[in-house]
Amino acid sequence: MPKKVMLGNEAIARGAWEAGCRVAAAYPGTPSTEILEAIAADYREIYAQWSPNEKVALEVVAGASVAGARSMAAMKHVGLNVAADPLFTFSYTGANGGFVIINADDPGAWSSQNEQDNRHYARAAKVPMIEPTSPAEAREYTKLAFDISERFDRPVIVRITTRIAHSQGVVELGERTEVEPRPFERNPQKYVMIPAHARPRHRFIEEQMPKLKEFSENSPLNAIEWKSKKRGIIANGVAYQYVKEVCPDDSVLKIGFIWPLPDRVIREFAEGVEELYVVEELDPFIEDHVRALGYSVTGKELIPILGELTPEIVDMALNKKRPASDIPAYSSKIPGRPPALCKGCPHGYVFEVLKKLDVVVNGDIGCYTLAVLPPYSAMHSQGCMGASIGMHTGFEKARPEMAGKSVAVIGDSTFIHSGITPLIDQVYNRGTGTVLILDNRVTAMTGHQDNPATGVTLMGEETHELDLEMLCRAVGVRRVRKVDPKNMLEFENVLREELEAREPSVIISSRKCILTK
Amino acid sequence: MKNVIFAGVGGQGVILASKILMEAAMAAGYDVKESEVHGMAQRGGSVDCHVRYGKKVYSPLIEKGTADFVVCLELLETMRKLEYLKSDGMIIVNREKIDPAPVEAGLEKYPSDIEDWLKANVGKHLVLDTKAALREAGSAKALNIVMLGALSNYLEFSDEEWASAIRALVKEKFVDMNLKAFALGKGLVA
Ligand code: SF4
Repeated sequence: MPKKVMLGNEAIARGAWEAGCRVAAAYPGTPSTEILEAIAADYREIYAQWSPNEKVALEVVAGASVAGARSMAAMKHVGLNVAADPLFTFSYTGANGGFVIINADDPGAWSSQNEQDNRHYARAAKVPMIEPTSPAEAREYTKLAFDISERFDRPVIVRITTRIAHSQGVVELGERTEVEPRPFERNPQKYVMIPAHARPRHRFIEEQMPKLKEFSENSPLNAIEWKSKKRGIIANGVAYQYVKEVCPDDSVLKIGFIWPLPDRVIREFAEGVEELYVVEELDPFIEDHVRALGYSVTGKELIPILGELTPEIVDMALNKKRPASDIPAYSSKIPGRPPALCKGCPHGYVFEVLKKLDVVVNGDIGCYTLAVLPPYSAMHSQGCMGASIGMHTGFEKARPEMAGKSVAVIGDSTFIHSGITPLIDQVYNRGTGTVLILDNRVTAMTGHQDNPATGVTLMGEETHELDLEMLCRAVGVRRVRKVDPKNMLEFENVLREELEAREPSVIISSRKCILTK
Repeated sequence: MKNVIFAGVGGQGVILASKILMEAAMAAGYDVKESEVHGMAQRGGSVDCHVRYGKKVYSPLIEKGTADFVVCLELLETMRKLEYLKSDGMIIVNREKIDPAPVEAGLEKYPSDIEDWLKANVGKHLVLDTKAALREAGSAKALNIVMLGALSNYLEFSDEEWASAIRALVKEKFVDMNLKAFALGKGLVA
């Protein structure tokens, strides 16, 4: 087979292509973004789209699966929170064509607002989950996920982490197998979840779980590698690679089937070694399961629950040493190099004015979140995609006197993702706040993707260009102003006027990201 | 097993340099793994790539104290990677300084003793002046390739292997410029 060095995310795109995937949808989010970009660039047999948010992406993919096609959604860990509503019920309706969800966790929060461990979703939503330990396996497991999905009538999650998504490795390449869409049969008992249908579907998925467990027990994705039986280490994902690297003489159980976990295999391994360890990033997911099976095991006492693991962390934890080097430590202070807005970034002008007027800024997620750092230090709340506007309303309801001294700031793509409903809320509930939509005509932070306001699709076709001004007017905002923030004097005047106005207002700060063509 | 770290500032092109090295290593029959940084840090933050090649590579991250080479496109960034270097490892660094935001804002100072410190404490190190090479190559963007060329003096791949790795990864219209930059970088090491 030909081989290629590939990014984990590219290997997933390749796996989907080889598996005969026909429809893929996502909202960009580090560390998952490159999956759909690779599909759109290299695998044109797959229809690929950016959706406005992860919930919509998952719904599009669910629809394509019900219609019979092999389909795949991709999102970062927090994206699955947005898509959790469809996830839990599409777990009931299951799959027709293979239904695969790629979920990218971000231990270390390299480019995220939290470090949640999405393995819990598999258990909670009763959805099978598999997890590769390398780019080569990322391709292989993605292909397998489509088969599992069709065989067991379940959506399947392929979990990766940043260190798989954004690491490269040698990947063997296969050819594409064209898989014709399965016939679509009208079957409301399966696809329409009124309570009378949901109850039997719940029974169905509970009946599937033991079958999936049996599949997991026999799956080569879980593999015991016997070496010295003095110490046995259970590991998953990239942690498996660190263990192999620093503990070459220990027995290792690699867990590739995260849910359901293979009890028999774990028992065999646990009973075959003198001391049992679990090395996993984030939560003690496997560890708790091993304990529940009745084995004493060392895990989170040694392995940090916080952040990302590294070979030296695993080495120190398990071997109490790491390679020594004679290079001394450098004693002068090394100034930090935090990320910053590009020189000439349109957001910079906006935040200079916000800083000058000293208003409270309810922020959102995008490059502009960097304005929380010096030299601007001008953001005071931020949580998740779209939160700025709702929080801004809450702020006003709690402290009406602050309405004229605070703003919500949200980017074009984030506004479309989940800022529209809170704007409706603000108008409906008689808020008077000012919302700044930083319209730079691109989804910049994740690497400059198109979105509904750019008028171009992921596959490069021209399409309707969403008119943000008209949209804001349609939800009932009468005061909508469009200003070029580079004209800072005008921008400041407009902002002062809108802060004073005792009715909802939107200022569209209109200037392109300097890194777009 | 060879462990190479490329480090620099977001936008300097450390990923391309590491990809070319990986391509050359894979073509020579090695197993290869690498780890890189995307997302927020790319907005002008510190970035690095860990490249590892050998008979069989497990971890995509280099363990601290085991790097054979740290190749740095910016002077200060070297100092963040010191703990990765093994005792007889080598630092190859571009002399250029890029002030980080806290230095620009006057809140912190760019250390002035880096070159002296390297001289005193790191047996194998090269501080390279790349300006003339970049001028001759015709693009400041080729810094990553110039540095790769300098590194190539110490690795086992032939000029032909490097050239075909560059051809495989660089857009056709930039191939000649990059081949030239590579040769110029190679020549920087006396
Ligand atoms: S990428 Fe664009 S939006 Fe982001 S900081 Fe740079 S100029 Fe600003």
